Amino acid sequence: MLEKRIVVCLDVRDGKTTKGVKFQGNVDIGDPVEMARGYYEAGCDELVFYDITASSEGRGIFIDVVERVAREIFIPFCVGGGLGSIEDIRRVINAGAEKVSLNSQAVKNPAIISEGAAIFGRQCVVLGMDALKDPAMPSGYQVVINGGRVHTGRDALAWALEAEKLGAGEIVLNSIDTDGVRNGYEIELTKMISEAVGIPVVASGGAGEPEHLAQVLSEGRADAALIASMVHYGDYSISDIKRHLDSRGIPVRRT
Amino acid sequence: MIVVIDYDAGNLRSVETALEHLNSDFVVSANPEQVRGADTIIFPGVGEAAHAMGVLRRRGLDQALREAVGAGVPTLGICIGSQILLDESLEARDGVTRCIGLEAGTARFFSEDFAKRGISGLKVPHMGWNQVQPVDGHPASSLFDGIEPGSSFYFVHSYYPAPSDDAVTLGITEYGFPFVSAYGRGNLVATQFHPEKSGPVGLKLLDNFIRNFGG
Repeated sequence: MLEKRIVVCLDVRDGKTTKGVKFQGNVDIGDPVEMARGYYEAGCDELVFYDITASSEGRGIFIDVVERVAREIFIPFCVGGGLGSIEDIRRVINAGAEKVSLNSQAVKNPAIISEGAAIFGRQCVVLGMDALKDPAMPSGYQVVINGGRVHTGRDALAWALEAEKLGAGEIVLNSIDTDGVRNGYEIELTKMISEAVGIPVVASGGAGEPEHLAQVLSEGRADAALIASMVHYGDYSISDIKRHLDSRGIPVRRT
Repeated sequence: MIVVIDYDAGNLRSVETALEHLNSDFVVSANPEQVRGADTIIFPGVGEAAHAMGVLRRRGLDQALREAVGAGVPTLGICIGSQILLDESLEARDGVTRCIGLEAGTARFFSEDFAKRGISGLKVPHMGWNQVQPVDGHPASSLFDGIEPGSSFYFVHSYYPAPSDDAVTLGITEYGFPFVSAYGRGNLVATQFHPEKSGPVGLKLLDNFIRNFGG
């Protein structure tokens, strides 16, 4: 039986893992390569690294981080943040990433999804989507970009379906409403998107305790759950979370 | 020397880092002469069957691979490698894609087979960790030495290998229905999953291949 994945997310800025609340007030919390190795050894199923660097100098440091991570961990990992061209994608793939996450850039230029899928395969192209509750939208959620600061006027469900058609192989679905506040994932949004598309959906935004993962992986129909703060600050270990999911009858990888 | 065949099929970097981690002597090559001269071959890759076959043919790598495997060079196919070592793949622009033909069988499409069998609610690609049940008594079962039966490996694929001869089945995985996630005959073994991405058990399997099969 296919197991539900626990995906640990690391935001990287100037070579350091950093963590913010609702995209504001970031603090550095450690070395991404060491943290990645720690999570790998602890039994995490997959990792995501977001480059939140603004400078071109930071870009170079980030690629170096990706290369070093690739030599340390032997599970899949995805890289996102500011990838706007096929060349950008090629650079992180060649550095050792398994997948790339396209977010704001995909909204601005949807063709990058189909071009990326044609060159690197669908499995490589992940749509990263930030969604915000908006009763004026047909699905009740609007796509936002640039870390939630810019409203796109696009409906979240319509965009998910379009991205799937364009060739995305997976969706990382982040709720801006619940992100960083550790009160649980946006179950309704996740369920709606996951049931509508035929590709895997990774729920993101709001994990604070193991039961939140259990909810989004069962009621929310997510294929995987993304976590950050709850493990970065040492509140829970990967095995605490897996033990809890197992007790809830959710299939997880034993390590 | 291990030759990792390069035919523009996705990410070879992860195979390289895994082999580096195992301290293996290897070279990544697109040269058919180097493939013919290999002690051991790893044939990895992700991508699309027709495109992959096109590149292999243009570079003369399909023929080199047939000759090397025919001459007894230990060979491990991974992911799309496990599919296109078969006769044909249903992943095609129209009809079927003729493949390398080192093992009788067809690479089949999950979505099509789910529809035929009335299975709904399963995502395609089959992406993530799933258990592999090794087949006891298979001549190549030493590939799984030291790995607990039913351990999970990492998969990412929409097509799956369906060899014609049941006797070659080396590992079975369940996704909607049981499918062949590893097969082997003589010096040729293949896994649909990615050992290089499957953590410690995957590295163990690669090491088993190199030690127990490698030339």
